[in-house]
Amino acid sequence: MALQEVTAEKMKTDTLPPKRTSTKKKKWKNLGVGLLYLSPALIITGIFLFYPMFRTLYLSFFVTNAGGTPVSFIGFENYTMLWESATFRTSMSATFLFALYTVPTTIIISLFLAVITNEKVKGIPFFRVVFSSTLGVSVAAGATIWLLLFHPSLGVLNNLLNAVGLSGVQWLTSPNVALISVAITTIWMNIGFNFIVLLGGLQNISEELYESAKIDGAGYWTQLFKITIPLLSPTLFFVSVVTIINSFQTFGQIDILTGGGPSNSTNLIVYSIFREAFYNGYFGYASAQAIILFVLVLIFTFIQFKVGEKKVHYQ
Amino acid sequence: MMRKVIFYVLLLLSALIITFPVLYAISASFMTTAEINRGALIPSSLSFENYVRAFNSVPLFHFLFNSFVVSFTVMIGQLLLCSLAAFAIVFIPFKGRNFIFFLFIATMLIPWEATIIPNYLTVMNFGWVNTYPGLTVPFFAIAFGIFLLRQHFLTIPKELYESAQIDGCSSFRFYWSFVLPLSKPMLSALGIYGFLTTWNMYLWPLLVTNNNDVRTVQIGLKMMVSAETGTSWNVVMAGVVMVLLPTLILLVLGLNQLKRGLTAGALKG
Repeated sequence: MALQEVTAEKMKTDTLPPKRTSTKKKKWKNLGVGLLYLSPALIITGIFLFYPMFRTLYLSFFVTNAGGTPVSFIGFENYTMLWESATFRTSMSATFLFALYTVPTTIIISLFLAVITNEKVKGIPFFRVVFSSTLGVSVAAGATIWLLLFHPSLGVLNNLLNAVGLSGVQWLTSPNVALISVAITTIWMNIGFNFIVLLGGLQNISEELYESAKIDGAGYWTQLFKITIPLLSPTLFFVSVVTIINSFQTFGQIDILTGGGPSNSTNLIVYSIFREAFYNGYFGYASAQAIILFVLVLIFTFIQFKVGEKKVHYQ
Repeated sequence: MMRKVIFYVLLLLSALIITFPVLYAISASFMTTAEINRGALIPSSLSFENYVRAFNSVPLFHFLFNSFVVSFTVMIGQLLLCSLAAFAIVFIPFKGRNFIFFLFIATMLIPWEATIIPNYLTVMNFGWVNTYPGLTVPFFAIAFGIFLLRQHFLTIPKELYESAQIDGCSSFRFYWSFVLPLSKPMLSALGIYGFLTTWNMYLWPLLVTNNNDVRTVQIGLKMMVSAETGTSWNVVMAGVVMVLLPTLILLVLGLNQLKRGLTAGALKG
């Protein structure tokens, strides 16, 4: 018995080790092959996303020279300077105000367009292309067109106002109006993306739900508010978070339309980072602002994950 | 019947408002300066003179060429790097691949604008200012692309890979001649997305180009605005139309693919 056990044990150990090394070998081989496939993407992400993120945090604790090399450590001083800066406070409130102007309006308009193109009438494909078209309009081109539309004497908008007997508006040079003008431009440019995503969400809602609702005698509005919008809520939530984050990243239309002015009323955070770093050479101070931008985006993405899971109605 | 009429009125009215800025830009690009000053909506004659002037005002053709090179390079780079990464994450079983996937997804939290300062310094140290690599390489790996392709690769049956391996097919051949052809719709969605977003990029090309060598057409447009404003809006609008044309055509042709891709990203993300 004992001998048998020993031999059995021996046999086990005789047969097992080679197998173990072969699976081990395979494991290592797979790891090597996997990393080989992943390495180009990992290297690019490492150099151009992870490293600069940590480097930005690092720079935000320093004063740098004009070449961006950190020269003296100052701890949180860049952040306390931001806290005390009236310019930065203006910039932050403009950033939030801008999100408030653009996000709800963009989503309501895009939802409206998606709902009216989800009908089965002739010519719908044409309208879908038309409503998506602003996705193909670049920031520079879109902003340049609106620069002409907003022109105080040549612009179509003031011509229209004059034609109905109203006086023209200083669209881009009045501190009270400029942010709204930039918001109008942005809403127009954002419609394409939001429309496409919302239309996709609408088309995912099963036809049967509407048919059984019809049998129950539900009218158009009941269907819209009791079926369409609740079932669309995950998509609505997604586009609202993406639009908020995009609004925090606004740059091109500011650069072309207002240059941050008048009196900093359109100096949104990314424009402020750009100006502090590349015009004024305050890389450390600008890095602290970049960290604040990062935290803002982080908070809104986190909200998407947390609230999105709980509050949103899934089909 | 009444319902249909209401929908058509709404559709036409919305279409008019949404397309007005672009239609006006096209119209203004054919107007004379006098017509612009008068506030006309439609040009009296169809002359391409403004386009000729636009191409003479800044090296517009050169800028368009640069934008094509840059957008096409980024598109190819993204398709390759993202598909390779997604392939490894889905098909090659090794420890830590989920962690790496998570790492890529985590980059979605990093707004590109928050990294421009060190990135600008990096590109400067590489000697990449005013070069195509400086404009393209940083954008080769995007989390959205890896995510989109991973979701699609997961729908390809694992058995296919196993039987291919038994037949002696290498993992790279499987990737190249099975996985990629099976993923054409998603690859084209990602390709169109990559081309469009790169063509439309503004902040980064503004930072890393300071002469006309590799400058893209978006920055060229800004140069034109500063050079021609106050005098020739019609020429500027001709430039705008030249910038818009390629992406609008691409959008019309690829809308369905793009919609599929963006919707997949939205619903699963």
